[in-house]
Amino acid sequence: MEVAEGVSAATPTEEMNGAGNLMDFLDEPFPDVSTYEDFHTIDWLREKSRDTDRHRKITSKSKESLWELIKSLLDAWSGWVVMLLIGLLSGTLAGVIDLAVDWMTDLKEGVCLSAFWYSHEQCCWTSNETTFDDRDKCPQWQKWAELMTGHAEGAGAYVLNYFLYILWALLFSFLAVSLVRVFAPYACGSGIPEIKTILSGFIIRGYLGKWTLLIKTVTLVLAVSSGLSLGKEGPLVHVACCCGNLFCSLFSKYSKNEGKRREVLSAAAAAGVSVAFGAPIGGVLFSLEEVSYYFPLKTLWRSFFAALVAAFTLRSINPFGNSRLVLFYVEYHTPWYMAELVPFILLGVFGGLWGTLFIRANIAWCRRRKTTQLGKYPVLEVIAVTGITALLAYPNPYTRRSTSELISELFNDCGALESSQLCDYVNNPNMSRPVDDIPDRPAGPGVYNALWQLTLALIFKIVITIFTFGMKIPSGLFIPSMAVGAIAGRIVGIAVEQMAYHHHDWIIFKNWCRPGADCVTPGLYAMVGAAACLGGVTRMTVSLVVIMFELTGGLEYIVPLMAAAVTSKWVADAFGKEGIYESHILLNGYPYLDVRDEFTHRTLATDVMRPRRNDPPLAVLTQDSTTVEDVETLIKDTDYNGFPVVVSRESERLIGFVQRRDLTLAIKNARQKQDGVVSSSVVYFTEDAPQLPASNPQPLKLRRILNLSPFTVTDHTPMETVVDIFRKLGLRQCLVTRSGRLLGIITKKDVLRHMAQMMNQDPESIMFN
Amino acid sequence: MKWVFFLEALLLACFVLLSQVTAKNSEDIRCKCICPPYREVEGQIYKQNVSLKDCNCLHVVDPMPVDGKDVEAYCLRCECKYEERSSGTIKFTIIMYLSILGLLLLYMVYLTLLEPMLKRRLFGHSQLIQSDDDVGDQQPFANAHNVLSRSHSRSNVLNKVEHAQQRWRRQVQEQRKSVFDRHVVLS
Repeated sequence: MEVAEGVSAATPTEEMNGAGNLMDFLDEPFPDVSTYEDFHTIDWLREKSRDTDRHRKITSKSKESLWELIKSLLDAWSGWVVMLLIGLLSGTLAGVIDLAVDWMTDLKEGVCLSAFWYSHEQCCWTSNETTFDDRDKCPQWQKWAELMTGHAEGAGAYVLNYFLYILWALLFSFLAVSLVRVFAPYACGSGIPEIKTILSGFIIRGYLGKWTLLIKTVTLVLAVSSGLSLGKEGPLVHVACCCGNLFCSLFSKYSKNEGKRREVLSAAAAAGVSVAFGAPIGGVLFSLEEVSYYFPLKTLWRSFFAALVAAFTLRSINPFGNSRLVLFYVEYHTPWYMAELVPFILLGVFGGLWGTLFIRANIAWCRRRKTTQLGKYPVLEVIAVTGITALLAYPNPYTRRSTSELISELFNDCGALESSQLCDYVNNPNMSRPVDDIPDRPAGPGVYNALWQLTLALIFKIVITIFTFGMKIPSGLFIPSMAVGAIAGRIVGIAVEQMAYHHHDWIIFKNWCRPGADCVTPGLYAMVGAAACLGGVTRMTVSLVVIMFELTGGLEYIVPLMAAAVTSKWVADAFGKEGIYESHILLNGYPYLDVRDEFTHRTLATDVMRPRRNDPPLAVLTQDSTTVEDVETLIKDTDYNGFPVVVSRESERLIGFVQRRDLTLAIKNARQKQDGVVSSSVVYFTEDAPQLPASNPQPLKLRRILNLSPFTVTDHTPMETVVDIFRKLGLRQCLVTRSGRLLGIITKKDVLRHMAQMMNQDPESIMFN
Repeated sequence: MKWVFFLEALLLACFVLLSQVTAKNSEDIRCKCICPPYREVEGQIYKQNVSLKDCNCLHVVDPMPVDGKDVEAYCLRCECKYEERSSGTIKFTIIMYLSILGLLLLYMVYLTLLEPMLKRRLFGHSQLIQSDDDVGDQQPFANAHNVLSRSHSRSNVLNKVEHAQQRWRRQVQEQRKSVFDRHVVLS
């Protein structure tokens, strides 16, 4: 699209790697005609046509000389370069985050004396003093009580350790919330609801900025290390999208076109999930299913490339010491039996129910935070929740350690090598068989102990996550949901296992369990439970299954995972259609037109369009009879984003549509640059100036900023079609005509309000344009 | 803007280089064999810094607790895993993270505590800076013209840095208002 005359002379940076010197970043960016204002929606059609124009210009110039040809090739390859850079930076940042979290989580309990930068596991890596029963202890790593007082055991040491644990947790979370508050308030929360809205065409300036990136990375480590019940996957998607935004500004192809930028951001989101889970394919599917709005096939291939590069970079940094990407990578190939589908489906039902409970409770709590006094004390809230979490988490060994370690232990199967309480089965002392062929055994006292501790942990996690998600620190919810599901799954798995052992003469178990054969794998139940709970909360389907089987490497377990995911989605959808991210979008009133909502009411365009019966008439500009002063008054008195242009007030035949921002800039520019333009100059949108007496001041031609092809529908168009048009084309507004005469206008906000009204929600909650 | 890109590229290069250089420290590879209890022998964990091809029970379990005939049965129950890590990367990452965190904390203390105190001391200078903040966004484009014209007349580095910092502070204040006070974005 054309840029208004005179304003283009002030555009800041030129083509690709232009002649900007070091001081350019300090200058204030000059507002360009084609940029959008904060908290507004972009015009997808305009961005697309601008990109096509740019591409056509480059292609036609490429035939002129060799240099132009090279430039056109570089332009074509710039997309892949951006993906490569995004993958490298996301992988590096994820590696840094993983290493730092590992160290800082252990810092709450003790410190490594030989080298303070080692976590517990790394500190004991080379020592030879580890025994089978105490395989975690080594003299180089000491708990705080032992360091400060010299006593390792005893009530005094326990109390001191407890106290210091709480102190460290409070310190970390206080630092996190202070940094967020002072430097980058947009770095709090998960980030996925806002990214979904941004990708659907909304502008939130600063949300994907450099300071947000830095603060989110730094405070994410602090928040996760403080022991709060939150994960880092959602924030990693935000971090990856910030990286994407950062590299977009290197190439004018992406920095000047909001539509193309969103393609890059979709791919960056895929890279974010890929490094969070070690699941590149799952990341691409997550971006496709959950985050992106428009996902053309070209983006699919580029997302996959970015996800692979990110996963490869993370692997080469190697944070976990054994070339695995994620902490809970398990590899067992024990088969599962058809009869086990019953407990799997039960776990799916549990996941769906928990998802519904969590979404309702969390939204209620967040609404309370938005509207009452609770929202005025964010720092105190964070400190209070951290204090309560640390206080209740320390006594239970399953909640004291980090949630990822808990999930890892629950997913792992018990062989003869495990010495944890969960694997304290009664062994036949005369066993001489090799390790894998251990038949099902009765549970020893350790297992029962572990079971009731796990139940307490389950209740604790269910309650505390409701209050944690949505606080003013970076918080994700994938890991807590998986933890809840894994605990529930493991409990069910052990229950089924013991039932199979003690009642092996029942009909079900007789065919299924032969004595001496591996019957029930509780670790598998934990995995299925984790998938069910995650599906119940986020309502992911295919991407969830792919992420879970990429996490575990077990293609045999696709059917149980699918069964649980489908069941949990059905059960959860029966209670409410929105997942957690859509619910947060509704809570905040973002203008997000969900592609999944179906509009089945029989209203027409006339029912929704503005002006309504009691409203003032539509504010229009005429083709050649409005003065500059009239236009300025109109802009000042109203806050509409654009004005239709008609032939004259009598005939009301539509010519086109002009944006408010373009008008403001063009008039301001004309007043300064062009001579003879005064308040009583006539503004005209036609090709030739109107016939005026010579005594009138010089008229102002503004045809360049007029959109000659606005979208129109007739007044009898059903709203179903109108909603479909808005969704598929990404329109901002649509004009309503009857017999060629302009009747009114429908904006995206009107559509969203109408849909909310039809679904009996509060239409006034739609806040933005 | 380009300097951020160069900084990132430099950091990435440092990272890759470091991980190449420090990966082959002899202490950074190990073979860990976990042997469960067997008859009268208790469970034990054996570690040795051997390479992948020597990572099996016979090479690592030393001294062997059982005699010739039982060695095979004992070794069948042991599980040996080869592990690698990069201690240089860990050290570099943690120290870099702590230094960035320290810098941010110092800057935060400066912004919240020291700067208002300094401003109160230099009262006259602060009046000039305050007026910049009060212009507000009634006429955003007019302000841009003013800012640009002023900076062109005294375009030295410090002035630009000051203007950029003021602009950034204003942006963060806007963000803080919409997130913390009005609860408009990010509930």
